[in-house]
Amino acid sequence: MPVAEAETPVRSSSEFLNSQGRLSHLRLLEAESIHILREVASEFERPVMLYSIGKDSSVMLRLAQKAFYPAPIPFPLLHIDTGFKFAEMLQFRDNTAREVGAELLVWRNEPAIAAGTNPIVLDTKRCCGLLKTQALLDALRHYNFDAAFGGARRDEEKSRAKERIYSFRDSAGQWDPKNQRPELWNLYNGRIHPGESIRVFPLSSWTEMDVWQYIHEEKIPVVDLYFAKARPMYVRGEALLPIEQDFVAWPGEKPQMVECRLRSLGCSPCTGAIRSDADSIPAIIAELISFRSSERANRVIDHDQEGSMEIKKREGYF
Amino acid sequence: MGVSLEVEGTRFEIEDFLAAEREKDLLRFSTAGSVDDGKSTLIGRLLYDTQSVYEDQVRSIEGKGTTAPGQIDFALLTDGLRAEREQGITIDVAYRYFSTARRKFIIADTPGHEQYTRNMATGASTADAAVVLIDASKGVLIQSRRHAYIASLLRVRQVVVAVNKMDLIDFDEHRFRAIERDFSSVLDAIAADTGTPVERVFVPVSALGGDNVVHRSDAMPWYRGPSLLELLESLPAAHDKLSEHFRFPVQRVLRPDQSFRGFAGQIASGSIRVGDDVTVLPSGRGAKIERIVTWDGDLEEAVAPLSVTLVLDRELDISRGDLIAEAQAPATVARSVRAALVWMDQRPLDVTRRYLLKHTSQTAPAFLSSIDYRTDLTTLAHEPADTLHMNDIGAATINLLRPMALDLYSRNRGTGAFILIDPESNATVAAGMVTAAYASAATREGDETGAWGPVTAGEREARWGHRGAALELTGPQALIDSIERALFAVGAVTTRIDAANDTFLLHPEFLDLAARVQTESGLLALVVHANQSAMLTARVEGLELSLDAENPMRAVAAVHELLRRVGIFISTEKAGL
Repeated sequence: MPVAEAETPVRSSSEFLNSQGRLSHLRLLEAESIHILREVASEFERPVMLYSIGKDSSVMLRLAQKAFYPAPIPFPLLHIDTGFKFAEMLQFRDNTAREVGAELLVWRNEPAIAAGTNPIVLDTKRCCGLLKTQALLDALRHYNFDAAFGGARRDEEKSRAKERIYSFRDSAGQWDPKNQRPELWNLYNGRIHPGESIRVFPLSSWTEMDVWQYIHEEKIPVVDLYFAKARPMYVRGEALLPIEQDFVAWPGEKPQMVECRLRSLGCSPCTGAIRSDADSIPAIIAELISFRSSERANRVIDHDQEGSMEIKKREGYF
Repeated sequence: MGVSLEVEGTRFEIEDFLAAEREKDLLRFSTAGSVDDGKSTLIGRLLYDTQSVYEDQVRSIEGKGTTAPGQIDFALLTDGLRAEREQGITIDVAYRYFSTARRKFIIADTPGHEQYTRNMATGASTADAAVVLIDASKGVLIQSRRHAYIASLLRVRQVVVAVNKMDLIDFDEHRFRAIERDFSSVLDAIAADTGTPVERVFVPVSALGGDNVVHRSDAMPWYRGPSLLELLESLPAAHDKLSEHFRFPVQRVLRPDQSFRGFAGQIASGSIRVGDDVTVLPSGRGAKIERIVTWDGDLEEAVAPLSVTLVLDRELDISRGDLIAEAQAPATVARSVRAALVWMDQRPLDVTRRYLLKHTSQTAPAFLSSIDYRTDLTTLAHEPADTLHMNDIGAATINLLRPMALDLYSRNRGTGAFILIDPESNATVAAGMVTAAYASAATREGDETGAWGPVTAGEREARWGHRGAALELTGPQALIDSIERALFAVGAVTTRIDAANDTFLLHPEFLDLAARVQTESGLLALVVHANQSAMLTARVEGLELSLDAENPMRAVAAVHELLRRVGIFISTEKAGL
């Protein structure tokens, strides 16, 4: 059966225009991201999309479906599984890959996981280094990927504001912020020597608000953990810690049922929940407007030391 | 869904809020300034006063920096890297985001010192407007002129001149007006040089105290104009791509099965409807638009800058790098161009070297046949130059080793811009803007030695589409003939040296000499060792390939690939190679 018969009703692009006859900012961002996805798929030998299951990955994946339609997505998805991901996330990941029809690769740093690497015994910096950064570099090398898409945005963190859309990495996967290629217009320089690679950030110009609005407008499925409901949590001061995997409770500590949700999805030991009654995307957007703290504030790992994201990126993190 | 929220004291239904969001457009602007003119403070203030900074980010810098205790050093909000915080400077272009009730903004924040020109050009390339800073206590410095020049060169039509640190000159109107006069005449001279009119507006501000940044100031009653933010909210989106001719660089051919063949790309300018006549360049073939395909359903019309997939009414040989253009107003197919260049690499421009020119979705080798001049940004004089150094701006004539469909940058920012890449280091070495396009390769205009001197390797390569090389082939005669036939068919200038010739058997050193003479003349010399083997060996510049002679189609293709890999042939297909 032929794909993409014109069975869908023909639409006028005026549907894309606002009342002043202009494209909305979401359409502009979408068009820019699709352009980037198509450039990379056409210029590199072996691209891959890092799929982290979170809301940004969900948007990136939808953009990839749009970019190559009616053809399938011409690269695999790669999930770096630390072994500390929420069970709901893994289920969502597998369902999504099946529905989208994309090839899903999962990579775990098995030796480190088997050795019992965890953020409580090690510090979070070394834990991330082994289970995320090292695993990522190993996976890229194993599959010989020369370009990897990531869902990072420039508004997330100060060092990410300086990131290029095509971020050049040397043969050890390292980022050199003082020696980045200038990036003009929409002309991206993807030339690399053997062993070097490019990290590509198609969502660079999106903000957290843009991502949620797009999910709302496009009805993109996201993990249920983003929505508020009563969940058993360990309450430590302002922090709400979920019960997942081998959570180590303090002596005498008991979980309580708390109306809460996750604002960003990371590893269960390092991702705190927030008290919230936002149980729908409009409610999340409403909450976002009233929020006065950035989304990574609930990630323990970014606060270990001043500039810790920058250090991780230099070492090869996304 | 009945979710309501409160923004700035007003209650909204969330659906009303989302509807209002859909009405917002996007304005990108660049900022640049000299060291210490308070640019970071100005941006920090803009973000803070529009409530675009989160409390935890403010907490993380509170009490740090150079301000008095209890105050916030706004500059720390924008200095991203450790080296920057330690040295109190900005190193690289940083992008910032904020939003008001009317607009979303993206700031390209560029530093005023290290690698200033290259960073300013990067920021300006995507900007609709430029905010040029002048320190009121110091007057017009070279960095402000440089930023305004680059903004004009890159066709950023709207320039907002923020005269900062008004508090240091007691908010004095006369000094503000003097700066306004001085800089206006600078902008007129710049516009005359670049040929791009510069629309300008001046606003007196004090970033430290927040005067006229977001809110209008009481300190300057003589100024009745809008604040900086009000200005930014009211600027027209400078580039109306819809009024330009339709241009669609093909990024990728989508062919999921035999029944569908679509061309994926982003509309660079103009609009397109089903049934429109288009011309495919460089081939010049015509077709009609049959469908405009998107994941959200077919469209009957699409406008720039949407990313869509076009289906044509007939089978044409179209690949990545081709341009689909309006039939009534197609682009120029050029073999050479004159262009304004911003040089961005430590290694200066070298007219004897080959560069890669990336334009829309195509990349081709190019030679800079002459440097027309270098611009002195202080006097705007055009000086003769034989090279361009890092941060220099000049003009050059460039020969393209394969024809490219393009427009003048003054008419079309998308199809008139290019970058140059050093094929050895892979660095992006220059930004270019086409100022004239020619259908034939340029000779050195008015340059006697160029017009009458020896034919250079670059000129040969420009004409023949490949550089000189010796390809050694060992294997069956018939297969070697097929390989030469295939190379000949794509326009390669081949010669044959039979290694079994008596002279070469007696004097093997002559064989090397013969191959070298031909290689240096830009020919593709085939050094042939014919035998009856079932294998074919191809060797070029240290790379060797052994192939099954029983499969001639594959062998021919593999030899092509080998030549492409060592960079003898010009290819637009894979930038990674």
